[in-house]
Amino acid sequence: MFHIFKKAAQTGLVTIGYPNAPAPISEHFRGAPSFEFAGWKDARPAAEACPTGAITVEDSENLRRVTIDYGLCIYCGQCAEADGSGAVKITREFELAARDRSDLIFTAEYPLEADGCQSALAGLRTGSLERDDSIEPLKRAVRQKIHDLLGHSLAIREVDAGSCNGCEIEIGALTSPVYDLERLGIHFVASPRHADMLLVTGPVTRNMEIALLKTYRATPEPKIVVAVGACGISGGIYGRNYATVGGVDAVIPVDVFIPGCPPRPHALLHGILLALGRMEQRAYAVRSSHLERKQ
Amino acid sequence: MSQPAQSIGRKFDEPRMRREIAFKDWCEVSDAEIHAEVAAAEIRQMAARLVDDGCRLASVFAEDRTTAGSGFFVYYVFEHGQDRRYLVVRAAVPADCPEFPSVAAEIPAVNWQEREIQDWYGLVAEGHPNPRRVALHDNWPHIHPLRKDFPIDTVLAPFEGEQHVYRPTLGEGVFQIPVGPVHAGIIEPGHFNFAVAGEPILYLQLRMFYTHKGIEKRFEQMPVNRAVYLAESISGDSGFSHGTAFCQAIESAAGIEIPVRAKRMRTILLELERLYNHVGDIGAIVNDVGFGVGNAQASRLRELVLAMNEDLCGSRLLRGVVCPGGVRRDWQPQQVHSCGEALTRFEREFTDLMRIVDSSNSTRDRLDHTGILHPGKARDLGIVGVAGRASGVNLDVRRDHPYAAYDEVSFEVPVYQEGDVLRRMRVRVDEVWQSLKIIRAMVATLAPGACSVPVPALPPDSVALGAVEGWRGEILHWIRAGAHGRLERCKIKDPSLNNWPALVEAVQGNIVPDFPVINKSFNLSYSGTDR
Repeated sequence: MFHIFKKAAQTGLVTIGYPNAPAPISEHFRGAPSFEFAGWKDARPAAEACPTGAITVEDSENLRRVTIDYGLCIYCGQCAEADGSGAVKITREFELAARDRSDLIFTAEYPLEADGCQSALAGLRTGSLERDDSIEPLKRAVRQKIHDLLGHSLAIREVDAGSCNGCEIEIGALTSPVYDLERLGIHFVASPRHADMLLVTGPVTRNMEIALLKTYRATPEPKIVVAVGACGISGGIYGRNYATVGGVDAVIPVDVFIPGCPPRPHALLHGILLALGRMEQRAYAVRSSHLERKQ
Repeated sequence: MSQPAQSIGRKFDEPRMRREIAFKDWCEVSDAEIHAEVAAAEIRQMAARLVDDGCRLASVFAEDRTTAGSGFFVYYVFEHGQDRRYLVVRAAVPADCPEFPSVAAEIPAVNWQEREIQDWYGLVAEGHPNPRRVALHDNWPHIHPLRKDFPIDTVLAPFEGEQHVYRPTLGEGVFQIPVGPVHAGIIEPGHFNFAVAGEPILYLQLRMFYTHKGIEKRFEQMPVNRAVYLAESISGDSGFSHGTAFCQAIESAAGIEIPVRAKRMRTILLELERLYNHVGDIGAIVNDVGFGVGNAQASRLRELVLAMNEDLCGSRLLRGVVCPGGVRRDWQPQQVHSCGEALTRFEREFTDLMRIVDSSNSTRDRLDHTGILHPGKARDLGIVGVAGRASGVNLDVRRDHPYAAYDEVSFEVPVYQEGDVLRRMRVRVDEVWQSLKIIRAMVATLAPGACSVPVPALPPDSVALGAVEGWRGEILHWIRAGAHGRLERCKIKDPSLNNWPALVEAVQGNIVPDFPVINKSFNLSYSGTDR
């Protein structure tokens, strides 16, 4: 017993301050790739190198459409290495969670030159830029309601619908003293019947499809669903095949998508708090990036 | 208690082997592999002879070569602690008579693996004592997804009927407790059906393959450089080990040697993977008997290793580092230096952690004699890795079939005979100390140099095996190269596939509330099993 007290006293406080303080992460951390769309000359090497098809190039007669899907990205960094022009950079960005699947997809269009390169950027689109303004007030009202109902204390049921276990490792880490989810009034529960939120990892396998649906139905209203990781969002590296149906939203409606492979614990916290409308409350300013969207 | 690394001899002697077994072909392809062929009718006799000789049947799998005009093949991978080489024997199975003799009655270790061949290829394991489905659930249609004529993107109609047919549990006062696939904790899905009389467990029926995602099929037709990422995603906590096993198979097929620096870097990262998992498991085991302080300290320590991982590779779980030919990104001296400092801190903290854990008699009392797997059973079931070593099975790929830079360091392989939860934890504790020793030796000798070499295109149809001692145990990857830099086949054998039956044995006679800690002491991968 003496050893325990002594160690506890020596250890002191180990819990991080995130989201009210910046996340202490290594300078070597490989986060989201960022794309300098305006000056990008040739997207083909990066697309060729991408193991999951998160970067695709479609050439029609004299137009090239480049699509970047952060919901498929596994942060391997191969695109930046293959590109070599400096237009693709690996950043330490990890706060990528989005409420809308289309917010994770960027489409750039370029006139195509004779040598197969791209000339000046002709258009850039993403979900948030195409939003239907007429339903914005409704969306805001729903978010406010979610925040009022669930924004204080939250019970989460985690569902592994077919993952490799990487996401579970990081989700499990949230309960450690370092991340200590409970300091935010959030805890994991053993049954969906006690839960407000389902935190679901994927890809959803054919063998877990029914179990996931039953878990969703067993969760009392009001409830929110968060899809975790590239596989939970899109099926990731496994894609859709005879044994999988792809992302979580192929089976149940999803409120927030958290990219990553796996998302680091801070990214999970960010996504969970975003779903509750609590990210707006954080106590420090975050530098803006091209990934950040108007809320 | 522990045994030093043994010297490695040559057990598979060609003239003797040919005298005793009717091999049609015998070819020593490298100092790590022997390829041989027998007639299917000889399989039983061959297996019996080799097992009598002290060999272990590590894996059984199949391959569809009908598109290449040669029907099917079944492969048997044998291993002997006194020979550095794996013996890979194949036998042809004609497409018009899809049967092969089962050896599961004599070698229970391959029970599941033979049934997997039945499910995936439609080849009948003739004489199998329990030929039910294992890899496809009972409600799947009659398909054989790993046959070449089955398109991977087939969309199957909604399944009908019972997902599983269980053996009935009868008797007065006997109950069944169904658990899963969605569990109470943050773990992977699987179904456990306990038969209990009061508290003690009479019998456990397991149903796995809930996370079956068609990984082996997905490898087929995938370019090698992309397939590495799929290999890293077989089992989340063993990403680097699986990735390394895959890359070793590719390098062996390509006939290349990776630079010394790459070998040492891989060794360091393989041991870091062992460290973060072992220390996490030690915490989880003591947590499952109510010793929360131990878990809090252990999970903090695990974070320390994960931060080290990130500092060295940009990924907490060591993703995106290993590649065919070496490792993707070199380290700056500063990174290696910080790693050394973090190790010193880890060592100090781990000493404190174990002092705390060892000071708790009630914790020890709950772990001692709980969930016993007897050495005889462990041997018969072909149990590998941590679980095997806690039950007298003295196997370690690092020592018996050295890869990366493991032949440069001496280390001990802890082996216990008692086979209970306490010993499975002890094996982990001892291995943490050995890992630290190995990493230190590697850091000290990490000389500058290239960290990768280019990999030439694989000769079409070439085959090779990669073997790694993941933190759970022996990981095998067997590949066949196809045309245009793509793969024709990739067989993955995660140690969990061997070890699940051990859990069934270990829980018998224990009480239901001890199941979580027994399960945790094995900590098997569902995804690695299900693929």
